[in-house]
Amino acid sequence: MKHKTFFWFFLPTALAMFLFIALPLTSIVSQSLHTPHDAVLVVVESCDPFGCKSETTIDHEASKQIKEEQPKGKWVGFAIYTDRNHLAFKEVGELWENKTNLIDFVSGLNNLPFYRAMGFTITFVLVVTPLVILFGLIIALAVNSLHRHLKGLMVFFSLLPMIVTPLVGSLILFWMIDSRGIIGSGLQELFADPNLSLKASTGLTWITLIVYGVWHSAPFAFIVFYAGLQTVPQETIEAAMIDGASRLQQTYHVVVPHLSPLVAFVALIQLMDNFRVFEPIVGFSASAHATSLSWIIWNDIGQEIRLMSSAATTSVLTIIGVIILLMPVLIRTWREFNPQK
Amino acid sequence: MFLKKVATVVALTTLASSAWAGCGISEGRVSIVGNEFPAIQTIGAGAMECAGDGVTVETNLTADHQKINLPGMTGNPAEFTSAIVANSSIVALMNNDVIRPLNDLVEKHGQGLQKSQLVTIDGNIMGIAFMANAQHLTYRSDILDQLGIAVPTTYEEMLAAAGAIRSSGLMRNPVGGAYAAGWNLAEEFVNMYIGHGGEFFKPGTAEIAVNNQHGYDTLNMMKQLSHFMNPDYLTHDSNATSAEWKAGNVALMNMWGSRIGALRGDEVDAAVVAATATAGPMTVGGGSTAASTLWWDGFTVAKNISDADAEATFMALMHAIRPEMLNETTAPQAVWLIDGYEPTPAAAGVFAAAAMGTKPYPMLPYAGLMHSAAGTELVDFMQGKENAEQALAGLEAAYTTAAKEKGYL
Repeated sequence: MKHKTFFWFFLPTALAMFLFIALPLTSIVSQSLHTPHDAVLVVVESCDPFGCKSETTIDHEASKQIKEEQPKGKWVGFAIYTDRNHLAFKEVGELWENKTNLIDFVSGLNNLPFYRAMGFTITFVLVVTPLVILFGLIIALAVNSLHRHLKGLMVFFSLLPMIVTPLVGSLILFWMIDSRGIIGSGLQELFADPNLSLKASTGLTWITLIVYGVWHSAPFAFIVFYAGLQTVPQETIEAAMIDGASRLQQTYHVVVPHLSPLVAFVALIQLMDNFRVFEPIVGFSASAHATSLSWIIWNDIGQEIRLMSSAATTSVLTIIGVIILLMPVLIRTWREFNPQK
Repeated sequence: MFLKKVATVVALTTLASSAWAGCGISEGRVSIVGNEFPAIQTIGAGAMECAGDGVTVETNLTADHQKINLPGMTGNPAEFTSAIVANSSIVALMNNDVIRPLNDLVEKHGQGLQKSQLVTIDGNIMGIAFMANAQHLTYRSDILDQLGIAVPTTYEEMLAAAGAIRSSGLMRNPVGGAYAAGWNLAEEFVNMYIGHGGEFFKPGTAEIAVNNQHGYDTLNMMKQLSHFMNPDYLTHDSNATSAEWKAGNVALMNMWGSRIGALRGDEVDAAVVAATATAGPMTVGGGSTAASTLWWDGFTVAKNISDADAEATFMALMHAIRPEMLNETTAPQAVWLIDGYEPTPAAAGVFAAAAMGTKPYPMLPYAGLMHSAAGTELVDFMQGKENAEQALAGLEAAYTTAAKEKGYL
């Protein structure tokens, strides 16, 4: 295509990307490098239904003036990136120097909010992504082998977990796994342990969140692989059958290699999505046991006193994390489409 | 005779409808954001009565009001014209200068207000309080009578009572507590710490000072109480704790006075309703300060709105808190700071709290940061993953980082 044609074809998308991706990115990077100005405090008389007393409060006149002079806030550079709520260079350094063994160091790291969130997020990504691909493939192969009258119905039911809004789905599951809910009390009966509670243990909560993550995302992998299965070349399958290959061997040697570009595609999307895990943590009220980067951002903005610079910094770190995570897949895709001459 | 009757009926209807429409407001937009417990629902309904020609009234009452009130009032014009707040949530609005002083509106329309209802900062009336609230003891009188246990007045007695109830086999987890990680857990910490006589900040500064013996005693008491709670307590907020009570699974809890009425709902077992009893807040560690905090709830008016909207909002809310709104349904919902309020049995706990000299929640600009830090840093201690000193050191570090970022340190 001529470059000029491509330019005009691409212009609407480029404009949308500029407005909705580039500008917000610049904004949060800028916000992460600034903090609110130092508060000007003043002690005044304050009265409420319970009496009067001297109370510290903010001097709005003085604050307004400082804000008008420097609307973006106080420049702090990378100070927020390295503070305790984020990369915590000072605290990690202290932990490393004072550590007695590696286990101590790791549990000390677990106390720092960013590293604790990273721990769960990385675990979630590394466990859910392969499981989603595996289950998606199994479900696709199963549905593909059904009688054609049943196929449509089964495709519909297999897609349902993805269609249910994540928050609603996780809330429903949350009530079911409560120790008085149907799954919770069922498990208590099964393991004959009246104190068993999925919500009270960190390990079990992580497992619950991972199970929910796989349940919710498997339909996406399923539908992509199902579409791919429709394009498997029948001649190769027939040739394999004639050569005496069993169903399993046919699947392993013909179908799966044929689907491998789709596996790369699903892996890419899943890595990105799972790194941003958020709804299950809110739906399951699991923040006592598991936090994620997206949850930290939401928590910072949702406090009584909002920490905007902190949230912006965590957002930038999330983007950097996604880029790092996607590097291998991106390099591989680049190589496929630009083979070395 | 017949004509006379008709004429009277017509006259009465016209009078009623004209009194009904407008509350004396000519035009304006009123949009209220607040919490969702019954007393606030009543205020919202009262304000909605003023809707009519030229006046629109909307309410958004949700448990997540603190997440949306500030963003909703920051824009110009603001989305919300009024936020119903309490001692802690008004600070976030004041810090960001999104509420306006009400001195002139009070002079013009606030004749029925009592002086104690005015929340003033440096002479500016920033809010009008209409109810008081506090967390206090709620107990099942039938269970305590059956086992011959006296009503606990201290937390130590509450622990003993819980142990007795558990050993009797009547209830497995007799204590209820809104210990959900986040705001609720932090609120319980604040209450218990005040009960132990602790101060949160070094006087006159924003430097936090909770890593001390009072802090350790507070955390240890909370841990002991949690042993008698439903193991999922870190996911239970006030609504979930109330649900446990209504299901008959809890015999002792420290609950908000404003939520006691809802415990006696129609769907609750009659025996549980009859046995739901309240008492004042408990003390702890042999101290005389109640391990609780006094709260007021009131309304504020946004700054970034037109003066007409501000006046309409003020008048609509004054209509909602007028003395005539007190009736059989609304009176027990809260300790109303309204002229002519007669205390109902449901209010006994909050009155006892006020009589004990319970301290009000601190209205400092940086108290919210301490509250948020407590909500996240104390969870590990409650789960037994770290000891009290590590938890409090973590709390102080988290608070200091946030306070430095917001410019208080």
